[in-house]
Amino acid sequence: MRQDQLIFDEGRPGRRARGQAPSEPVDTGDLPAESLRTTPPILPEVSELQVVRHYTRLSQKNFSIDTQFYPLGSCTMKYNPRAGNALAMLPGFLDRHPWAATAQSQGYLACVHELQDMLRDVTGLAGVSLTPMAGAQGEFAGVAMIRAYHRARGDHGRTEILVPDAAHGTNPATAVMCGYKVRELPTDGEGDVDLQALREAVGPRTAGIMLTNPSTLGVFERRIRQMADIVHEAGGLLYYDGANLNAILGKSRPGDMGFDVIHINLHKTFSTPHGGGGPGAGAIGASERLLPYLPIPMAGRDENGYRWLTEVDCPHSIGRLSAFMGNAGVILRAYVYARMLGAEGMVRVAEFATLNANYLMTRLRAEGFQVWFPQRRASHEFIISLKREAKELNVTAMDVAKRLLDYGYHAPTAYFPLLVPECLLIEPTETETREELDGFIAALVAIRQEARRDPELVRSAPHDLPVRRLDEVRAARELDLCWTPD
Amino acid sequence: MPFIPHTEDDIRDMLAAIGVGDVESLFDEIPDGLRSGRLPPMLPALQEMQVTRLMHERATRDLVGPCFIGAGAYRHHVPAAVWQLATRGEFYSAYTPYQAEASQGTLQLIYEYQSMMCGLMAMDVSNASLYDGASGLGEAMLMAVRANQRVRSGRILVADSLHPVYRRVAETVVGNQGVILESLPLDAGSGVVDTAALGAIDDVVAVVIPQPNFFGRLEDVDRLVDWAHGGGALVIGVVNPLAMALLKPPGEWGEAGADIACGDGQPLGVPLSSGGPYYGFLCCRRSMVRRMPGRIVGRTVDLDGRTGYTLTLQAREQHIRRSRATSNICTNQGLVVTASTIHMALLGAEGLRRVAATCHARTRELTAALSTLPGVAPLHAGPCFHERALDLGQPAAPVLERLAARGILGGYALGQHDPALGDAILVCATECIEASDIAAYRDALAESLQEAA
Repeated sequence: MRQDQLIFDEGRPGRRARGQAPSEPVDTGDLPAESLRTTPPILPEVSELQVVRHYTRLSQKNFSIDTQFYPLGSCTMKYNPRAGNALAMLPGFLDRHPWAATAQSQGYLACVHELQDMLRDVTGLAGVSLTPMAGAQGEFAGVAMIRAYHRARGDHGRTEILVPDAAHGTNPATAVMCGYKVRELPTDGEGDVDLQALREAVGPRTAGIMLTNPSTLGVFERRIRQMADIVHEAGGLLYYDGANLNAILGKSRPGDMGFDVIHINLHKTFSTPHGGGGPGAGAIGASERLLPYLPIPMAGRDENGYRWLTEVDCPHSIGRLSAFMGNAGVILRAYVYARMLGAEGMVRVAEFATLNANYLMTRLRAEGFQVWFPQRRASHEFIISLKREAKELNVTAMDVAKRLLDYGYHAPTAYFPLLVPECLLIEPTETETREELDGFIAALVAIRQEARRDPELVRSAPHDLPVRRLDEVRAARELDLCWTPD
Repeated sequence: MPFIPHTEDDIRDMLAAIGVGDVESLFDEIPDGLRSGRLPPMLPALQEMQVTRLMHERATRDLVGPCFIGAGAYRHHVPAAVWQLATRGEFYSAYTPYQAEASQGTLQLIYEYQSMMCGLMAMDVSNASLYDGASGLGEAMLMAVRANQRVRSGRILVADSLHPVYRRVAETVVGNQGVILESLPLDAGSGVVDTAALGAIDDVVAVVIPQPNFFGRLEDVDRLVDWAHGGGALVIGVVNPLAMALLKPPGEWGEAGADIACGDGQPLGVPLSSGGPYYGFLCCRRSMVRRMPGRIVGRTVDLDGRTGYTLTLQAREQHIRRSRATSNICTNQGLVVTASTIHMALLGAEGLRRVAATCHARTRELTAALSTLPGVAPLHAGPCFHERALDLGQPAAPVLERLAARGILGGYALGQHDPALGDAILVCATECIEASDIAAYRDALAESLQEAA
């Protein structure tokens, strides 16, 4: 397998892409000498073709949805429609300055306003703000809104946020960023939150609870209404982590379950690209009582057309989370997706995501893999545990995950949720064909056979990728985070 | 069902394999009252052809002539290669590089990005990016609180010359964590921090210094850094990264350099796009790397000793450390960073320097041309970088509206942050502005000013 140099190593002094910068000589004009840079920054000195070739080749070292089945649990790696990208990158949208006057913003504002309404209706909340730039920022906004609500009522004794032990790490981290203490709730043997533990945990210190439903265990929280009543009766509010909204989109609405505030990962459920780690978008929805606290700006509408709602219109808002209006281009992509789906298409998303997951779960179970909650329906994802294989064959879930890469499948999420030993969290999404799922099942079966016959083959996987397993300990101990010239 | 591939046969066979009669049965664990019958009426579903037409109409509606607005977002030329490469499916539709072996493209690219950012900022370490410049400043403040262990007050001094929206956003981010933002006052005449009035400081976590500042003015960064360090405070520099191709970078400010550098990466290959997605960059001293939020990529070797790249120092992050993480942040702005890295590689140091210098030259030409009009004059004396505040001699907001009606986005009204500046606007010209645009602006402004008078 070839190894690619760093772009820096490909350069030569004095070389550059001459067509890309102004040809006039540099005149620093009135800038005082002491404010100027004395040595140029260390940047590559390469031609345009070198750049194009280098980054094209780098891209080919990635797995992606466009090239591989990517059943990464909890991440909803479904097809990102190309139309969304093409239309969000129309010149009129790309060149629109964020401070452009309202009269020059009606096209963009119309998209924002309509997406706000569609998300409100499909989740059953009272209003939506699209400004948070990622799921974690949406969580931050939601918990900050809960805090603002209690504070506005003079209810200062609420210092705790309840979080189930199966929750994503962002939940407890967010609660702390909002100044709360975290109290963990145990899960019962069937994957539901332990209701008795919840009853014992709530009280005058409870600000709220953060829940993902279906949970990260891949099952629907069946007693959600009772949970909502328990938390509400104690004076707390309910936060819905929308990481798994794809499972129930249009089939069951968080607002009807009793949630007061939710975030929606547009880069999951609304199919905007993950982009190698972002940008995401974490739209946030609120019930009536939390509406005044939604983050700004939002799109509003009056007799003169669309306009931004700001501090003036929303004096109780928790404020601004970005310099402008969040990840505007991501919002446009989500808008295109939502418009292509319509209400009926949204319901189909949940139905076929669930069909694919239950099919995959049933088939893997029939092949002898241990499904962690065999008595439960899968949501849009499910867990298998390789505990038995790890014990009998000394081949771990991580080994199997790495071997799957050799078979041309991205690995499922491994070792999350933390509660399940040697687990793989598998989320096929609705956009995959049955043939793709069958191929994945065949690969898992084949790998298990390999593990019986030649466990070292699996333990030392991957073999056919640009690199083999990396020395992460060395990466952390001998930190090399930045190229420097020799 | 625009993106669902299932045929009737598929559905029938898959339901049979599961052992249920219909799809609805798969939802039987959801209590009856919570299964929505019908959604409220929504906008109808569109075919790609129809949504294409709709979006073209809307995009065209927002198209206007030359843009002289800056104030945190700048229109620069972006080479065609940048977004063509960045939107290759292998970059566009990949997830966070948690499976390093299957993500070497993204990982190596981020390592290159970190190296470029360190070069531009003259700092030791960069992370893989944060959401945007404003929220990144909030994260930089929290990082300073963790890093400056001698100071427990939570007090951070923020120059009043910082972009006012940055300050507001930072307040939202840090407000619930006992951090107190205090003002470092401005000299109104010069539009920079009043260095003559600097007293001794004590018990301050950090000082936030913008360069160039909100008004485009250059701060006396050397003096401010030495003063802050003298009082035991850390320094957070908030900079325009393009300007750093020309101006002294944060790592070289004063005797010891800034401790943290942050800002918005938008000027490096990212279209205006209504304000996002952009990205926030964050650099710091090597000694502070374990206090950093966000993803970081390191170079290492594989089992065969070959060079490879991986996410590192993950013990700082939420998916490992949960409630004790350095931040709740999970994503970076990967795709935008991809574009920006390609942009920096294409421009190189010399290209970026030329772009920066040309922007600066255009802005000087612009402000000179506009200042010939009666009543129009620069608000502040002294050098600026590629942005300047102008006093129009009459309320600015209606003038901007009249300019927009003439197809010119004339600038940013400063009165929205400070009523005393109701007659002033902030104007910016980048390398995309030509002499004819400046002449058109001057003529349109002359008419707009007269209309009011």
